[in-house]
Amino acid sequence: MTTAVEFGRSERQEPYPGPLLEVRDLHVEFKTRDGVAKAVNGVNYTVSAGETLAVLGESGSGKSVTAQAIMGILDMPPARIPQGEILYRGQDLLKMGREERRRIRGQRIAMIFQDALSSLNPVLSVGHQLGEMFRAHRGASRAEAKARSIELMDRVRIPAAKDRVSDYPHQFSGGMRQRIMIAMALALEPDLIIADEPTTALDVTVQAQVMDLLAELQAEYHMGLILITHDLGVVADVADKIAVMYAGRIVETAPVHELYASPAHPYTRGLLDSIPRLDQKGQELYAIKGLPPNLLRIPPGCAFNPRCPRAQEICRQEVPRLFDVTAADGTPAPGRGSACFFWKETLDDA
Amino acid sequence: MGSYIIRRVLQMIPVFLGATFLIFVMVYALPGDPIAAMFGDKAADPAQVASLRHKYYLDQPLWKQYLHYMNNLFHLDFGTSFTGRSVADIMADAFPVTIRLALVAFFFEIVVGLPLGVLSGLKRGTIWDTLVLIITLLVISIPVFVLGYIAQTVFATDLGWVTPTVQDSEDITQLILPGAVLAALSLAYVARLTRTSIGENLRADYIRTATAKGLPRRTIVTRHLLRNSLIPVVTFLGTDLGALMGGAIVTEGIFNIKGVGNILYRAIGQKEGPTVVGIVTVLVVVYLVASLLVDLLYAVLDPRIRYA
Repeated sequence: MTTAVEFGRSERQEPYPGPLLEVRDLHVEFKTRDGVAKAVNGVNYTVSAGETLAVLGESGSGKSVTAQAIMGILDMPPARIPQGEILYRGQDLLKMGREERRRIRGQRIAMIFQDALSSLNPVLSVGHQLGEMFRAHRGASRAEAKARSIELMDRVRIPAAKDRVSDYPHQFSGGMRQRIMIAMALALEPDLIIADEPTTALDVTVQAQVMDLLAELQAEYHMGLILITHDLGVVADVADKIAVMYAGRIVETAPVHELYASPAHPYTRGLLDSIPRLDQKGQELYAIKGLPPNLLRIPPGCAFNPRCPRAQEICRQEVPRLFDVTAADGTPAPGRGSACFFWKETLDDA
Repeated sequence: MGSYIIRRVLQMIPVFLGATFLIFVMVYALPGDPIAAMFGDKAADPAQVASLRHKYYLDQPLWKQYLHYMNNLFHLDFGTSFTGRSVADIMADAFPVTIRLALVAFFFEIVVGLPLGVLSGLKRGTIWDTLVLIITLLVISIPVFVLGYIAQTVFATDLGWVTPTVQDSEDITQLILPGAVLAALSLAYVARLTRTSIGENLRADYIRTATAKGLPRRTIVTRHLLRNSLIPVVTFLGTDLGALMGGAIVTEGIFNIKGVGNILYRAIGQKEGPTVVGIVTVLVVVYLVASLLVDLLYAVLDPRIRYA
């Protein structure tokens, strides 16, 4: 078994001084029959080793598309990346050759998907699908791959891993299936894991277990984690910082607790207000009025302006950049930013 | 699995009895008198007619005829045709010919149909895809007898590569042209079914996962994509093999092949009751077994399907 462990560790990367991943001014658009849908419109974020970035947003906000662009699993066409850089350890992934890119996928940057049942191949055993990582990237033999798969299943605490390694995905419960997805992402000990709504398809009790496991493994391996979610509850416990996305842009960034305590963007404010609260039982739930914009026709100015209670003339004309947010007493708040002309007023309201 | 197979085999019994009875009734309900037909224009001697009727059991009520027939059948006696030849003999001549032809056609369906479907499925929207779609549409729209006669005219009469009709059905090279004609329609269906299935599976989440795992493209296509996409195609092919075994009346007719289709067609024309019922009985069994095998194969291909 010792050889198997060494074999897995051999390609472990040296620590990198800067941020592991840096997304710079990323744009992604999709060609559709009705025109060009602008899914991502200038996203910037960074993730360092051991850090968890939560990307929060509704469906269609561009959070998953950004992740797929990082992974390089967008279908191009119809997708196109007209602008931007994705730096992994200082190297632009978008400028890499296909083969070079493939070696990074799964090995250095891995991804966990939402629905483990449809994301696992129904006709191949989980052992095969886990072992494939070692076979494709490390040239492992069948026997080695199987031994490593059992080890992985043990590590994500799947009971009786030895007996279950030849089972098929449909024979596992939802939580166990998501553990297999996590094991698969973890297989080659990547630097960075992108988890796209990893717990959305699970029962609430199982959600917590899976999130805890993910957080624990992340700390153990000192990985960077991008957690994509629309669930404010999931984020609070595990994330270090949050980026809120709306219509393909980041509208607010903040360390996790500051965002909850004092949102600096009216959209974030709206999201927090729409969480049902026990002390408001019996009252009508708050909802942000209107609908997210059609990505084929994003409104001019701030994309949120038609739904914003604070919108002024300037919001309809100019796209707000991400302003540095300072605390109410004027002291700088590192890591905070808001793409709202009226962030100060929004902050004061809280 | 074992109990499932036993149950399926037991289910075959009523299907088998029902199907044979229906065929029996239909053949004997046909207008016309086969015994009178034996004498042609000549006036029949009533005594001779009566003895013939008795010999072929035709003087009994229908249900008795059926019971008598089934009884013989369980003793593996398929009866005697009105020409005096044993039906078992007739079938022993015809079935090997049909099986050879069916296998040639089946070979074409797999070797040509599958790759065409995979090509057009993977290269959706390209010129290759369009080409495959147009060709298969053409093949589907042209009736077999037209296709058969065109093939015969072009390859036999004009080019002279083959003889217009099959002289010796034991010679596989002579069966290539009829086999291709017989395969054409199913081949087009196989190509289209494969194309659709590949197109659907290509967008599946597990293919995205396989890509995200950094697997080489070839592994993704052969291990993940094809394995899933071919499940419906394999079931179609299995059923089709059963259908091919039933003989091909038109193709066998054009190329003068003495297979099951040809014999059956003539027997119906001549009201050869014992021959028709005998052949159809065997075909019913072939179909039942083929569909059972397809169902079992399905479970092998897709682990989500379990028979208990």
